[in-house]
Amino acid sequence: MGELMIGLYVFVLATLAGREVITKVPPTLHTPLMSGANAISGIAIVGAIVVAARAEGGVQMALGIAAIAMATFNVIGGFMVTDRMLAMFRKR
Amino acid sequence: MTTEFMVELAYLLSAYLFVVGLKRLQSPATARVGNALASLAMFIAIIATIVDTEILSWSGILIGIAIGGVLGGLAARMVEMTAMPQLVGILNGSGGGASALVAVAEFLNSPGIGVGTPGVTILLGTLIGGVTLSGSFIAFAKLQEIMTTDPITFPGQNAFNAILVVAIVSVGAMVLGVFGGQDPTTMFYIFGGLSLALGILLVIPIGGADMPVVISLLNSYSGLAASAAGFVIGNMALIISGALVGASGLILTQLMCKGMNRSLANVAFGGFGGGAKVDRALIGKRPVKRADAEAVAAELGYVNSVVVVPGYGLAVAQAQHELRKIGDLLEARGVDVKYAIHPVAGRMPGHMNVLLAEADVSYDKLYDLEDVNDDFSNVDAVLVVGANDVVNPAARDPQSIIAGMPILNVDKARRVIVMKRSLSPGFAGIDNDLFYMDNTLMFFGDAKDQMAELVREVRDLA
Repeated sequence: MGELMIGLYVFVLATLAGREVITKVPPTLHTPLMSGANAISGIAIVGAIVVAARAEGGVQMALGIAAIAMATFNVIGGFMVTDRMLAMFRKR
Repeated sequence: MTTEFMVELAYLLSAYLFVVGLKRLQSPATARVGNALASLAMFIAIIATIVDTEILSWSGILIGIAIGGVLGGLAARMVEMTAMPQLVGILNGSGGGASALVAVAEFLNSPGIGVGTPGVTILLGTLIGGVTLSGSFIAFAKLQEIMTTDPITFPGQNAFNAILVVAIVSVGAMVLGVFGGQDPTTMFYIFGGLSLALGILLVIPIGGADMPVVISLLNSYSGLAASAAGFVIGNMALIISGALVGASGLILTQLMCKGMNRSLANVAFGGFGGGAKVDRALIGKRPVKRADAEAVAAELGYVNSVVVVPGYGLAVAQAQHELRKIGDLLEARGVDVKYAIHPVAGRMPGHMNVLLAEADVSYDKLYDLEDVNDDFSNVDAVLVVGANDVVNPAARDPQSIIAGMPILNVDKARRVIVMKRSLSPGFAGIDNDLFYMDNTLMFFGDAKDQMAELVREVRDLA
């Protein structure tokens, strides 16, 4: 089995796992779910680091820096704002 | 054990923690830990990548992290809860943009890539990431009201979009050298430009009222973009995380469409909002019963159960703190107070719940539509604040344009009090029979002023 097929299997199974887990999240938490999931999509930072690491300057370096900056913004902003919101959900 | 194996294990652990973290979001009591676990997962993935990668220059990486980290931290700390849809919009866009740039860099590394899996995944990553980036930018501009919130449509729009899609596929084929003769790099830049154009064109025809759907859909795209980037660089952690986010966004998109009783196709191509064929001249011409704050206080203060239905008008007026004070005062008098929240009460999924949580309403008092809808006939009084279409009984009339839309059955309650600025219609553009019912009292005025007045009146009750 080629790398592409393994990747597709993983993709489909992860989608199903995500579906199972996320359908059970109550509507009251849908905004934090969205911002938190959003932060997870900042995983593109991994790819961005790979790009920036091998760049020796020029266009590749510029792309790498921009990709890292955007992904980090996504990760830090997403997780922090999710935490800020979840801290507000209190039971009295 | 080799380093490579250790790194793969770290990515696996990271994927596992992402799923566990999302699972903890199933209850407000565990959600914060869940978010922390997901953050930890991200940290592990980043460390694994740094260990695994031969880094020629740290400076670029550190500059990128510093810029993104500072801006992200500031945005997360400073954003108003009412502006959360805008922030999520920017976050979607930046995630999608990062994924697209990874694909772009990968292409420029080997421009003569030719037909095959690597080339196709690079194009997919660029396309999905590009659409997410530009689409999110337009969604942000609409939410922030930098541009018009009305649908932007032009004759032949759908045909134009179809041609654009065909053009994207054709140019993509040229990038891979299918037809021979074109310079792949030039074609690739055109491909990127067309992807960005598609993102813009897909979002401009969607009206302000439909933004919850758009934000959810772009959320899903940002995940798919990350997955595509995972295929490009052959990294399972990206594929898995992206798939989780893609699934999450898609589920929320479906829920939002259901909450508005519309299909995704209808939202995407409908140009909905303000276009309904309704005789507006008749709206608000029938007699209503009015009440002032003192009368409303008496209606709420001497009963056993009150359900509050907050709408976006409440958040616009920033009156949620006054509302919570009223709830507290009523509870102190022994009244059972609940908050019933419609799925599309705010401007993104769950938005109203966050706004009430910010105002310190206990989360176990927040009820979803399904949990509360059968109980309204046992409720003594309902206080509707700044909501309209979501409590319109016309949804039960098969002839109505909102027929079948899920509504809160507030008209079944013994007494309904509607706090509103005027009798003007909501997004659907139709009149609301609820306002003219025998058991309904209209409490007109600015939500903030009137809620403050109501706080005083409830406090003064004997």
